Amino acid sequence: MDDLYREVIIERYKNPAYKGTLEPNDISFEDENPLCGDHIRIDLRMNNGGKVAEAAFSGHGCAISQASADLLLESIIGKTLDEVKALSRQDILDNLGIELGPVRLKCALLPLKVLKAGVYGLGQATDSLVEDE
Amino acid sequence: MLTHTLSQYLDVARVREDFPILEREVKPGVRLVYLDSAATSQKPLSVIRAIDDVYLHYNANIHRGVHTLAEESTAAYESARQRIAAFIGAARPRELVFTRNTTESINLVAYAWGLANLKAGDVVILTEMEHHSNLVPWQIISGLTGARLEFIPVTEEGFLDLDAYKKLLELKPKMVAFTHMSNVLGTITPAKEMIAAAHSASALTLLDGAQSVPHFAVNVQDLGVDFLAFSAHKMCGPTGIGALYGREALLEAMPPFMGGGDMIRKVFLRSFTPNELPHKFEAGTPAVAEAVGFGAAVDYLNKIGMAPIAEHEHALTAYALEQLKDIPGIRILGPDADHKGGVVSFSLEGIHPHDAAQVLDGDGIAVRAGHHCAMPLHERYHLPATARASFYLYTTREEINLLVKGISKVQKLFA
Repeated sequence: MDDLYREVIIERYKNPAYKGTLEPNDISFEDENPLCGDHIRIDLRMNNGGKVAEAAFSGHGCAISQASADLLLESIIGKTLDEVKALSRQDILDNLGIELGPVRLKCALLPLKVLKAGVYGLGQATDSLVEDE
Repeated sequence: MLTHTLSQYLDVARVREDFPILEREVKPGVRLVYLDSAATSQKPLSVIRAIDDVYLHYNANIHRGVHTLAEESTAAYESARQRIAAFIGAARPRELVFTRNTTESINLVAYAWGLANLKAGDVVILTEMEHHSNLVPWQIISGLTGARLEFIPVTEEGFLDLDAYKKLLELKPKMVAFTHMSNVLGTITPAKEMIAAAHSASALTLLDGAQSVPHFAVNVQDLGVDFLAFSAHKMCGPTGIGALYGREALLEAMPPFMGGGDMIRKVFLRSFTPNELPHKFEAGTPAVAEAVGFGAAVDYLNKIGMAPIAEHEHALTAYALEQLKDIPGIRILGPDADHKGGVVSFSLEGIHPHDAAQVLDGDGIAVRAGHHCAMPLHERYHLPATARASFYLYTTREEINLLVKGISKVQKLFA
């Protein structure tokens, strides 16, 4: 527990840097974690060079999922969509710097699932988007 | 640690000796504080030993073999059925069908009774406080038959709106299916009155007893209910087994649910004739050891007494509500202790219930967080999720004090 709520996670949860919505946007997608009802929407604006210029997330969720979203969006500014598609479960765990059990892993991975589903233009955020081979 | 466990109603310290798991440490020096009995109860030694005894001494498939072990296991299985039927006041053991759990019991009625008796335009009444297990089966059957679902609303205080129910009965429903006790709000519904009203409107009734049968005396004949669904694992018994009570005439008239061994009288290549009750609804090898464990659970509850258990939980719930209500930023769902069972769902301002549950787990306190399989009910209260503490015969006031302390720790961390 003590490790789970590292200062960075509490801090990002309380004072997220990327919380909000972008209207208009180039990519927007939202979905939820069916286990707990957490809901996340992610909006992206792209620049002329095909890189992520701005990103924002909205919705509701626990400290883990919200901090994970905030850190994820920070990490993709300036990245191409191909680079975003290549993000993995491990990148999320590296962002958070914690070990997670199977239940809380779902919370942490929800933002990446939603982001990837939006970037791929899918109708639904599925687990297969964040499973490492 | 447990300095004061004497309850006015139960010798809780003595009861806790029957549940060795309550002594375990979640991590070194941190003893388990189990406040998740509404999800599944812990099991007393007598139940664990009854299941062991099956596998150590008389394990055999039932109803077929004529050898000694088959005779013994069949006798044990059917004796469990008799004791469980008596526990809920059924007139005859043949009115008690073994299933996997409450969910399967409700599905059995929805499919076997529903497909044979519902047609387009018929009305089935449910409530806004149902567990998904008493919503989704009816949604499926509604999709297959064209029957319409109507819902008794829930008031802000957590009660069913009985005036609205009276109005809905004017639609001449075929079935009224509702919970006896909400797994989120704890609300105990006025089942007897609602069943009588349904019968006056010529509707059948199904009661979801998953949360009621484990916690206070439930008598199907006194209630006049047509179907009652419940699970062993919430009442000191094992997982994997539950029961459906059905009035004999109704079960007789219903077609089988699943086909296979043991549910048949005669089988031909292109047809079969079904077995008698209750075997008609028990296709395939059942969970024999689990049924025996279920019987031992009922024996255990009878030994302690359902009245003292209900009184103990009522006193605990009143105490918990009193201790929790003044915590700043807390919102507690459901009615006062006189109208609810031992379930307290709450939210803390600015803190997600998952985070609250995780921090509490650090102190060994097991509560549940989420929508508790009641998403529509959470929508009703505009909450995505809640944390839930739930109590049973082995829960102590000290454990509630630890919960209160734990919540203040959670709030400090997120302050």
